[in-house]
Amino acid sequence: MNFFIVLRKELTEQWRTKKFLIVAAVLVVFGLTSPLLAKFTPDMLKAIPNIPAGVVGMIPTPSVADAVGQYVKNLGEFGVLLALLLSMGVVAQEKERGTAAMMLTHPVSRTSFLLAKFTALGITFAVSLGVAALGCWYYTLLLFEALPWGPFLALNGLILVVFLVYIAVTLLCSTLARTQGAAAGLAFAALVLVAGIGSLPPIAEYFPGRLFSWGATIALGGGDPAWPAFWISLGIIVVALTTACLVFRRQEV
Amino acid sequence: MIQIDSLHKHYGAVHALDGLTMTVEPGVVFGFLGPNGAGKTTTLRILTGLARPTSGRVVVAGVDLVSDGRTLSRRIGYLPEQPAFYSWMTPRELIDHLGHLHGLTAAERSARTKELLELVNLTEAGKRRIGGFSRGMRQRMGLAAALVHKPEVLLLDEPVSALDPSGRKEVLDLIETLSGQCTILMSSHILADVERVCSVVGIIADGRMIVQSGREALMDRYAQPAFEAEGEDMAAVRRWAEIIKYQKWATAVSLDGDILRVTVSNVHLARTELLASAVAQGVALRRYEEVRPSLEDIFLQLVNKEAAQ
Repeated sequence: MNFFIVLRKELTEQWRTKKFLIVAAVLVVFGLTSPLLAKFTPDMLKAIPNIPAGVVGMIPTPSVADAVGQYVKNLGEFGVLLALLLSMGVVAQEKERGTAAMMLTHPVSRTSFLLAKFTALGITFAVSLGVAALGCWYYTLLLFEALPWGPFLALNGLILVVFLVYIAVTLLCSTLARTQGAAAGLAFAALVLVAGIGSLPPIAEYFPGRLFSWGATIALGGGDPAWPAFWISLGIIVVALTTACLVFRRQEV
Repeated sequence: MIQIDSLHKHYGAVHALDGLTMTVEPGVVFGFLGPNGAGKTTTLRILTGLARPTSGRVVVAGVDLVSDGRTLSRRIGYLPEQPAFYSWMTPRELIDHLGHLHGLTAAERSARTKELLELVNLTEAGKRRIGGFSRGMRQRMGLAAALVHKPEVLLLDEPVSALDPSGRKEVLDLIETLSGQCTILMSSHILADVERVCSVVGIIADGRMIVQSGREALMDRYAQPAFEAEGEDMAAVRRWAEIIKYQKWATAVSLDGDILRVTVSNVHLARTELLASAVAQGVALRRYEEVRPSLEDIFLQLVNKEAAQ
């Protein structure tokens, strides 16, 4: 199937253009430093000269929950931003430069063209997240205690779902736009919209951002499931990709 | 091999194609001529499936674009005016990738890569990144990419317009090599190039085909014989031109710099009387010759006539 030939090309491109290394480096840095920051931030605060004794007493003793919280916070911010930055040009740039036209005059369906890009970005983020998770788990073990594997994997699975939501939505923006600049504008508008609406208390329960807090509670052995947010996130991915494919099939390249 | 019937393409109020009808027979090199904005690129983009017609019927290599466009890419090769590639790829990788998409086996891809790089004279650059290629190299690379699967129809959009003379010669030589191996539709506004490689010519203006014919037949049909002369004394030449204008066999008389050009309706009479009149007027000539009209003359004649209507 030509999908896999195009996917192979996309993965080679991620490697050759250093996109894979950038994603891996950023996520791994945050994976490694999250437990470190959680562990040593209180010590750093205590080391500030002339800090009142009462304040020192208020600084809590760091725990594994702080490590997980820091990890989720860092990846939730920088990982999402990275997903946006790497995805926003993938289709618009190819339309602008003419490489999309070159590929589409050979036996490549427009659906394969788009889905291969989504899959390659998904693989890049999944592998990078896997390495980042391994680093975070190891440093948490060294500095605090061992996190149970299964729940920690579940946390990372949920983080990946949120990344995929943003990749799919950005891919749709990139398909709708004619130029990279327009794609970037649309993608940031989508980010602000999803993050903005998703922060309103009654709606937040159903938005992808809720998966971060659910994942954190799972990793720490708690419950508080957010299945509606999970299914809605998968729904956003499917709707965004389907819309992108339908739009792209009718588009003149 | 290519059949286009009443093709229309509208971009809002702009009618890029306005009922274009044309036929390209198998095995020919078809020169698709027209001024800028005539609809050449739009036609080629429709033929490749990159753009959709507003209405009309297009059949390429037996494939109806409207009902069965998905199989088209296996039958055609396309070289856009400015071919674009992934800059991180090497020519070998690109041809291998495209060959893979066309279902060639690893051995076939390896052989085809070697063959095509030799054909377009890029063997030595085969392992270099395409991102560093010159314009001429990219054009030749584009031709190799279009030929990976040995297409039945090759569509070339202004293949040499951006090249320097040596680059133009290389690409035109390649096109001449390919003639007979597949049907070629080549759009261009460089008429000398079309005259050199194309056996059939179609001239398009305002989205309509104004004439389509074999190159020689077109010349015979539309070309009016002409004479050119250069005199030593321009004042005498001007006086001579005024007298020629009143001869019944002279259809047009023009002065371009110090070259007098006389288009005639009766070449036999002109051969007898034109030089005699120069002698009678005492015009001393440096050069005098009967010239063969170029495709450019015919093109301008037809396009200007169309514009006037």
